[in-house]
Parts: sequence; structure tokens; C-alpha cells
Amino acid sequence: MTIILTSLIFAALLGAILAIIIGAAAKAFAVESDPRIETVTDMLPGANCGGCGYAGCADFAKAIVGGIAPPNDCPVASADDATRIAEYLGITSEEKEKVIAVVKCSGNIAATVRSPYNGIEDCRSAVLVAGGAKGCDYGCIGFASCARACPFDAIEIRDGLAIVHPELCVGCGKCVDTCPKNLIILAPAAVDVHVYCNSPEKGPAKRKVCKTACIACRKCVKAADNEEQMVIKGFLIETNYDNPPISDLVEKAACPTTALRLATKHAAGEYEGASK
Amino acid sequence: MTSNLLAITVGAILVNNFVLSKFLGICPFLGVSKKIKTALGMSGAVIFVMTLSSLVTSSIYKYILSKTFRVGETEISLTFLKILVFIVVIAALVQLVEIILQKFSPPLYQALGIFLPLITTNCAVLGAAELSVQAGRGVIESTIFGFCSALGFALALILFSSLREKLDLAQVPKPLQGTAIGLITAGILAMVFMGFSGLV
Repeated sequence: MTIILTSLIFAALLGAILAIIIGAAAKAFAVESDPRIETVTDMLPGANCGGCGYAGCADFAKAIVGGIAPPNDCPVASADDATRIAEYLGITSEEKEKVIAVVKCSGNIAATVRSPYNGIEDCRSAVLVAGGAKGCDYGCIGFASCARACPFDAIEIRDGLAIVHPELCVGCGKCVDTCPKNLIILAPAAVDVHVYCNSPEKGPAKRKVCKTACIACRKCVKAADNEEQMVIKGFLIETNYDNPPISDLVEKAACPTTALRLATKHAAGEYEGASK
Repeated sequence: MTSNLLAITVGAILVNNFVLSKFLGICPFLGVSKKIKTALGMSGAVIFVMTLSSLVTSSIYKYILSKTFRVGETEISLTFLKILVFIVVIAALVQLVEIILQKFSPPLYQALGIFLPLITTNCAVLGAAELSVQAGRGVIESTIFGFCSALGFALALILFSSLREKLDLAQVPKPLQGTAIGLITAGILAMVFMGFSGLV
């Protein structure tokens, strides 16, 4: 009995002493922090993707509370979330246009000429060896560096080509920074029509190495409601994202190489094998 | 005395390496070894906490727990409480270190991040305290043993994380990718450290 009592008293005493020490230390060394930071962190999506340019959601919350960053800088949070945070802090928030990533290449294995490559399966490593094994110097290498960088699993590598799933992409831009070919852009999510080609070379040169390259035939420019909707840049045509064409254009233009595509149908794989 | 300390040092770092021959602290060994940078941070935190906790626990053991008290008729020794006391002391110590670090060195606090509170659950820390008691070491020897054991832990962690960084670039067969090849590497590393056995 004595031994039980003694050990109980000893354990309680030890616990009490340690508790007092820790309590005193916590009081003496207390770090003042803004309680709003924690609340804002909770209101953010918590994906810690870094799409806002800060080290994580907590860091971003600190910047919002400090007035350095606006709440709508977060690409993941919906406009409602940003508004809620703005209301909580008593500041105004402007709506920000939602963007998604577009890989400007449609040259999968079936459509392109490639040489054998036995090195490290990483786009950045592959680029070091004569710019990658693909015949086209500007296209997607397909070793999934962007897919690995994506915190939301929105990029799929299908048949040697990176394909962005628009419904999963939040537009954080991590893939844009990763791609050694610089062929991923952030485009307004409302626009569905994109030219999936990035090569500035002449049409015949492109066709030699890729069946689905944009050869600048201008069919889409003519089919558009007004000519400004598609921009001609040398031997490459691009969607004018400031004045975008409607989705019907893809059908009306009937692009001979299927480089002009709808992002949603591209992700669903509807154009695969369609080119001649 | 000096040769004894040398034996403790070499023994704790190489021969009886906590991770690779005693299999203590495997959890952070596998969890924090993906990058050398985090491995270095974790190593620093473990060295700090383990040295301090060895000092405190061995003092408590020597001056309180190992003594026999007379309460009324019966003689009481509280040695059986040692594991409980050690765990509480280590947890409190880690908490204290965290509070002080947050106040005086926010950059270091941020660099260590979650690893600092995780040290509480690192069995190597408890192992160092317990093994010192079992070997009947004094306070100074225990502290040195704790420090050297932590150095051994750091050595294993940094070696392993460098290997894993290289492994990331190697072409590993699909079924072995990730943790599987990591565990195989750890096994081979442990066998390498077997070469040190018999040194002390």
C-alpha cells in the first residue's frame, strides 16, 4: 500500500513540477501572434500548393492579414471563399478570373516522330540530351515532370503526351514553371478553344515530324466570327484570349491537322487517331 | 576514464548505431530521409534533445529513482517508475525546447517545423536514457552517450537521405519503387555497419 501511495505522490509531484515549469516558460516566452491569421488559414483550402507564390496556406494567410496580398490571389479557393475572407477582415475583394493550364502540344506517340531514349525519365533530364528525343524541338516530351509537379493530379500522361484535365486544374501554375519546353500556358478557364501546337517552324517542316501540328492554313481564322479571334504569329495560330472565339469554331473550322481543339474534348481523348 | 569515454563514443556512433544495429528511431529514419536538408534539420533537433534529455533523466535516476527511501516500516525504491518518468521528462523537455526556440530563434523553429514535437515519440531518445541506466553509467557518461548516440542517429539519417536522393534518379523496377527500395537500402546499410562490430 505504501509503495502505491509513494509512487502516486511521486508521479503527481513530478507532473506538477514539470507543468509549472512549462507553464512558466510558456508565459515568459510567449510569442504574440495575430489570432486572425489562424482563422484565415482555416478558411483557405489548405492544399499548400504554393500557387499564390507563398510557402503555404499559413504563410499566405499571414500576408493577407498583413495586407500584403489580396485574398483572391489563391487560385484554388472559389470566389465565395475569397469574399468570405475579405468580409471577415473587413476589406474588399475583387473577383479574379479563373485560369487553367493548357499544354500547347497535341503530338502524342502516334502522331510524332521520336528517336529512342534510354535515359532518366524526366523531361528536364531528357532536354539535356539534344533537347529531347522528339522530332519536334518545341513539343511535349511526355516524361511527366509537369504531372509530378501538379499538386492536384490534374495532368495525365496519355500516349506520351501531357493532357490537362480542365475540371481538376485550379491554375496554380506549378506545371508552367516545371516544363523545360515552356509550352504550358495559363489560359482563362472560360475559353475552351485552343491551338495545341507550339512550334514556330514552317508548315512542311512541322508536318514531317508531327501529324497534328498547326500548319497555319488559316481555316480557323476565316471560320471565326471576326478575324481578331484567332491571332496569326508567323507559322503558328493562337487563340486570342482577350477576344476568344466560341466553342463552335472547332467544328466550323474543321482543322485539317486537328491542332485546333476543345480543351474538354482533348482531355476526353476524342481527337486521338483523328488526324490523317 | 578517457579510454572509457572513447569506447562510449565509438561504440555509440559506429558499433552500436541506434538506427542501424539497435533498430531504434526507425520511424523518423524512414520518414524524414527523403531530402538531405530535412535530414540535417531533424539530426540537429535530435542531437539537441537527446543530449539534454540524457543529462536530465540520468540525474533524476541517479539522485531520486535509484535511492531507497524509508517510509514508516517499509523500504521503498522507485526504480520501477523509470520508463514512466523518462517519457514524461522527455515530453516536457521537448515542449520546453519548442517554446524557447519559438521565442529566440524563429527561423530555426520554422526549419525544424513538425520534427521538433515528433522527437517526443522518437524511441531513440527513450532508448538512450534507458540503455544508460542499464549500463550503470554516471551522469557525465550518460550525457556523452546520449550525445554520441544522437550523432550516430544523425550519421545514419544523413547517409540514408543522400542514398535516397540518388535513388530518386535511378531506374528502379516498378514493384520496388518508393519505400520498398528505401527499406532494402536501409537493410544493406545496416549490414555495412555490421562491419564495425567487435571494434569496441
